[in-house]
Amino acid sequence: MIEARGVSKRFVKTPDLAARIAGRLGAAVHEETVHALDGVNIDIARGEVVGLVGESGCGKSTFGRIVAGIMEPTEGAILYRGRDLKTLQGGEAREAALQVQMIFQDPFASLNPRMRVEDIVGEAPLLHGIVSRSGRGDYIDATMSRVGLDPAFKRRYPHQFSGGQRQRIGIARALAVKPEFLVCDEAVAALDVSIQAQVLNLFMDLRRDLDLTYLFISHDLSVVEHISDRVVIMYLGRVVESSPAEPLFAAPNHPYTKALLAGAPTLDARRRIYEPVKGEIPSPLDPPTGCHFHPRCPHALPRCREEAPALKEIAPGRHSACHLNDG
Amino acid sequence: MAAAHATLAVEGLKTHFFTKAGVVKAVDGVSFEVARGEIMGLVGESGSGKSVTGFSIIGLVDPPGRVVEGRILHNGEDVVGLDGERMRNLRGNRIAMIFQDPMMTLNPVLRIETQMVEAVLAHSAVSKEDARGMARDALGQVGIPSPDERLRAYPHQFSGGMRQRVAIAIALLNKPDLIIADEPTTALDVTIQGQILYEAQKLCRETGTAMIWITHDLAVVAGLADRICVMYAGRIVEQGETGDILDRPAHPYTRGLIGSVPSRNTRGGRLFQIPGMTPSLLNLAPGCAFRERCPEADGACIVEPGTSHPLPGRELRCHHPRLEAAP
Repeated sequence: MIEARGVSKRFVKTPDLAARIAGRLGAAVHEETVHALDGVNIDIARGEVVGLVGESGCGKSTFGRIVAGIMEPTEGAILYRGRDLKTLQGGEAREAALQVQMIFQDPFASLNPRMRVEDIVGEAPLLHGIVSRSGRGDYIDATMSRVGLDPAFKRRYPHQFSGGQRQRIGIARALAVKPEFLVCDEAVAALDVSIQAQVLNLFMDLRRDLDLTYLFISHDLSVVEHISDRVVIMYLGRVVESSPAEPLFAAPNHPYTKALLAGAPTLDARRRIYEPVKGEIPSPLDPPTGCHFHPRCPHALPRCREEAPALKEIAPGRHSACHLNDG
Repeated sequence: MAAAHATLAVEGLKTHFFTKAGVVKAVDGVSFEVARGEIMGLVGESGSGKSVTGFSIIGLVDPPGRVVEGRILHNGEDVVGLDGERMRNLRGNRIAMIFQDPMMTLNPVLRIETQMVEAVLAHSAVSKEDARGMARDALGQVGIPSPDERLRAYPHQFSGGMRQRVAIAIALLNKPDLIIADEPTTALDVTIQGQILYEAQKLCRETGTAMIWITHDLAVVAGLADRICVMYAGRIVEQGETGDILDRPAHPYTRGLIGSVPSRNTRGGRLFQIPGMTPSLLNLAPGCAFRERCPEADGACIVEPGTSHPLPGRELRCHHPRLEAAP
């Protein structure tokens, strides 16, 4: 349904006035470029839940924003039902934008504190002609009930709700325009465990009832393993491994995936000895040459320093970007 | 274990906040012990009182809150109500604390060296040069490369994980016998969290420092802690040996918490969800605080359950514990 074709995103910090003057006077001023995404290809099929995993600065949120149409890629294209989002015009573009909705991490920051719940949920469908003014009240009630909120609270403001309920308001807002694709950016990261379980169950119910497709962005491997059909692992702007969830968690291929799985705490591991991955996550301002993971990789070869490995098929449906697979 | 040998023994601690709206019983009758070299995981959701318990031990509860009852025995000596001078001698010296956000605990305008030397000189009569040496050793101990150079750096020049290491190094400076760690890895990435957990484990094993690890994440303490205390609404509802609790949780809340954690076995299925949400601690109704959300609750639960020891090494507050092994 959604195809990302060679999507790259660079953020360039252009020198400000003071820096430009300093540059005129002979100081060394250079543009700083953050390579947030570097040629990312991800396909998401209809009805699929794709988990996108990575640590801070790997570009997972940037990718989510580009897919949701909040940002434009520097290079590459997002194809929605086979058509480039950029080439769509007028009504078609609006239609496509409505079909992809985003749910954010922080339910405190993503809801307007001065709007009542009924306006947060009801504004967009009215504007886009999905409901009539007279049918709006019932529609809001139905949408709120669907996400497990009591419609009796629709005159309240966001601050009168708990974190979990606020996240439900964000979900109701996204669902109100009848999307078929949801981008969830760390949507359960800020919630307590018992509330997180409630929201995860809600996502599963919605998928079943509304036939939704998800891009589920998270740093939490156990959440991703629970909810995803397919998992994509990113490191510093590149996809390092992409695979159906089960074989990935059973036998990870890429050394970074292995390190992530080994480092993630689980309930099954008792009083274990942690064996940490060495080193820091490098800055995306100045990523390492070749394979981005080579400075921290226990198996790095000389070749890894020079040449970036391509994403290759290692088993049906499984892709990994590692020179070790070349034998 | 006799109380005299425990590094810390908390007995019937009650910390209440006297607000305009009423009395908030954030901690309401908490008792536990931490032995030398032991890591105790204090687990609970937001508002369960786990952080306030930590603050009470180190004497950092601000008005309108205060410890209204109970004893906190540090090596047998009660630290409740110590005057400012004697508490300062203890705090940062014998008992240290690590907070969730290292950027908040480090002074952004002082070099790491200044902050660390200050912490040493506040408690011991050594020369500045010796203090600097101790600071350097502490940085090395937590795995910061080239500690000599890093001493000259400012907090913003460190990454999040490195900053947390600096905070741990400062806690270690005076070789305390108890460290209270309040969600120290919550803000960190998986691989960096692994590194910090590794350092914490090594530290307790090698130096015999006792540690209280406060967290909402059961998976973290599953791998780290020797014993677990589960807190709910200001009380410890269950405590015991880590593996024992995870395999045979007796309290319905502990069972619910464990069931809500997504893991390998739950893939694609529904997660167990605890209905409702954490009650407000303001004017909490008498009786078991969990009864509104508990599947086992009946008339007996209107009476506050006392402490029982239904299994070896287990302490429980519940009228309807499940004592057979989990399926």
